[in-house]
Amino acid sequence: MPEHIVPIKTYTIVLIALLVLTATTCAVSFIDMGKMNAVVAVAIAFAKASLVALIFMHLRYSRRLMRVVAAAGLFWLGILIALTMSDYLTRGWGNRPE
Amino acid sequence: MAETSVADRHTHGAARAHQFDDAEQQRDAVTMGMWVFLVTEIMFFGGLFTAYVVYRTLYPAAFAVASLALDITLGTLNTAVLLVSSFTMAVAVFGSQTGRRRMLVGGLALTIALGIVFLAIKVYEYYQKYVEHHIPGPSFAFPAPYTQPAKMYFTLYFAMTGLHAAHMIVGCGLLGVLIVMAWRGRFTPEYHSPVELSGLYWHFVDIIWIFLYPLLYLVGRHLE
Amino acid sequence: MNAIATETESYEDYLNNDYGWKSWLFTTDHKRIGLLYLVSITLFFFLGGLFALIIRLDLMTPPGDLVSSETYNKMFSMHGIIMVFFFLIPSIPTVLGNFFLPMMIGARDVAFPRLNLLSWYLFNLGGLCMLYAVVNGGVDTGWTFYPPYSSNFSNTNVAMAVTAIFIAGFSSILTGLNFVITINTMRAAGMTWFRLPLFIWSLYATSLIQVLGTPVVAITLALVAGERLLHLGVFDPAYGGDPILFQHLFWFYSHPAVYIMILPAMGVVSELVASFTRKEIYGYRFVAAASLAIAVFGFLVWGHHMFTSGQSIYAGMIFSLLSYAVAIPSAVKVFNWTATLYKSSVSLHTPMLYAFGFIGLFTIGGLTGLFVAALGIDIHLTDTYFVIAHFHYIMVGGAVMGYLGGIHYWWPKISGRMYPEIWGKLAALIVFVGFNLTFFPQFILGYLGMPRRYHAYPDEFQVLNVMSSAGASILGVGYVLPMIYLAWSMRYGEKAGANPWPATGLEWHTPSPPPPENFLEPPVVTWDAYDMSAQPELVARLNDEDRMYEAALRAGAWKREELDVEPPASGA
Repeated sequence: MPEHIVPIKTYTIVLIALLVLTATTCAVSFIDMGKMNAVVAVAIAFAKASLVALIFMHLRYSRRLMRVVAAAGLFWLGILIALTMSDYLTRGWGNRPE
Repeated sequence: MAETSVADRHTHGAARAHQFDDAEQQRDAVTMGMWVFLVTEIMFFGGLFTAYVVYRTLYPAAFAVASLALDITLGTLNTAVLLVSSFTMAVAVFGSQTGRRRMLVGGLALTIALGIVFLAIKVYEYYQKYVEHHIPGPSFAFPAPYTQPAKMYFTLYFAMTGLHAAHMIVGCGLLGVLIVMAWRGRFTPEYHSPVELSGLYWHFVDIIWIFLYPLLYLVGRHLE
Repeated sequence: MNAIATETESYEDYLNNDYGWKSWLFTTDHKRIGLLYLVSITLFFFLGGLFALIIRLDLMTPPGDLVSSETYNKMFSMHGIIMVFFFLIPSIPTVLGNFFLPMMIGARDVAFPRLNLLSWYLFNLGGLCMLYAVVNGGVDTGWTFYPPYSSNFSNTNVAMAVTAIFIAGFSSILTGLNFVITINTMRAAGMTWFRLPLFIWSLYATSLIQVLGTPVVAITLALVAGERLLHLGVFDPAYGGDPILFQHLFWFYSHPAVYIMILPAMGVVSELVASFTRKEIYGYRFVAAASLAIAVFGFLVWGHHMFTSGQSIYAGMIFSLLSYAVAIPSAVKVFNWTATLYKSSVSLHTPMLYAFGFIGLFTIGGLTGLFVAALGIDIHLTDTYFVIAHFHYIMVGGAVMGYLGGIHYWWPKISGRMYPEIWGKLAALIVFVGFNLTFFPQFILGYLGMPRRYHAYPDEFQVLNVMSSAGASILGVGYVLPMIYLAWSMRYGEKAGANPWPATGLEWHTPSPPPPENFLEPPVVTWDAYDMSAQPELVARLNDEDRMYEAALRAGAWKREELDVEPPASGA
């Protein structure tokens, strides 16, 4: 597959976006949103990571197989965390109330 | 039997290993190889991320309070440093793709410099933790009632940022080798896979930090 | 189809193209690397077997009288660690996979030959660390390294042992990575995914597991070392840690690890069944899909090792259900091998004996897995000899038999010589008898309640234990015999041609032993795996042989020697 050359202008826009997202996540963390704090922080992190992966790492311009590989890695980590948490989150179930 | 001709090996600096049929197959293979390696790194860090998720779920208050002990200015600054270093790395790759040797060498040099800045800030942060008795060990001290879970938080902090820093050091070393090769003109638009692949590695280490930053530094800011 | 190379008096093959220790220790030829691994893992097999010998000797009498309890703990720990990490996990992929993967897909080598050599060096470095731990007082935590014993209380070489496994783990990761890339990018012209031999499909699935799972156990064992050396305390309850978290992280890899051990053996069995029934494997696509399904589902079931650990019972239910699901693709394979036998022409050469042994013993092992996958039954059976029998049926009755079958099957290609068939059959029979005598009594012992990892037991269990130990001695003989006759055959064995069996794979389309670059011309594939009809010379040769045998039989000959037909060792 012929190599795709991403213009530096694109890289610059992505960098600015990343820095803006960083400032945002920092600022937002000072606002108390309860459980949503963690959700928002992780969501912004995913957004930043996606920008780095798709543009800086050329995933967007690579063979579909590379995207599958990257997605598989994330998915497998998801399996590890999800099934492990299925233990911790359900340990208290079924206990008689005090 | 497919022979690699002298022309193959030396034309435009393109080097083709004998097991591959053509340069495209080699490029495909090494790119996929690096991505699969990065997946193994996702799983390697993943064990620590899993431990983090478990313990933060078990001790939310302690994690929030303990995270306040980290310096958010330095953490945010370091995040910006790494993001810019990813940019300079991408520029270096651009330089290698388009045959601009100065851009390639300059980009690599800036990336290494920013990497060193990151590590220096990290060392300073570790020193801060040492002074404040937040390094898990015999001299660990943290106000009750969060003492023990905070120790867990800092254990994870040092394990995760330490593993990340080790990868940064390897990355800087890798780029150091590359910059010497680039200076000597080893890379051309036809052959620059090592630059691209090192770029992939560097960006990946940046992505790890993109997750470490909110998970370690931003947990309890809303309590301040 | 490419012309099969004719036998010339001498030609350059991968063994005679270069001599000297440097040509071996610095080789990047996947075939030589496969043989380097053969040497390494054979050494570890016998070391692990030595510990098994001591275990079975001690268990011949009810009191623990051969060694002390502490030493006994070290014996079963080191037996497990060495057999799992330094024999079973590498065995088929690094020996048979390294040797034959490139040949079976029509490539000259793997994608990253130098990485391949590095993998071997890493394996040996890990092995050296393990040997150091063994010699320096051993490890007594069990191969499972559960904290807090492993992290806080054991006085043995835990840190060195986990370092050994860490390093060997990276060897495994790099091999898996190499195989994934090779299969994805270096298949010969015309070798589409669904023309690949089933051995390749199972190696691919195995490599996926190696790449995705091993890093997790690596970081987990590193944390245990951290607890021991730096008092990190990630799993330490005194610091709010949870020892069960270790078990989650450990078994996330170690359950898929058992599929690393069995999938390649299943792949070998597919090759053996196809070749020795002269038929295509029934339901090829289902068998290929089953390999991938096992790899994926295998990652979802690890909690079945933790039913009695304190894990949430609701998580236990999920894991139990998923464990039943993962049995299905394995069963599909067994059904399909069996269906292949129907109306086929079975020849009972040594490799086929091992394949039959695999199918039967793996089935028993797999079915008993269903027993322990049930939450209620597992409460009774966990940590008893039932579990030990279950996994040995799969790992020894399954994986090791698959490995031996593969070694015999491909021996002519590797060495250019045939092993002596009579000794091959005898050893296979001895292994089968010895294996069942060793491990079947253990099902009964476990059901009756004998705990594992104990060397003292109530008197009423002695008869079964003695049977088991007797079986182990027979099994040992069965393992030593191939060492002797395979080595003998390298010098004195009948010379083998390109395709002695004959079989359909690409690896049989090149001389025995193969040339350094595997093929004299790059192959172009236009036929499905195992499709004999696409190789008319092969069919003609089989028909000729059958005619000659029939003629000789009708003429009254019944002894093998009297059937004066062209011996199968010649090339086509």
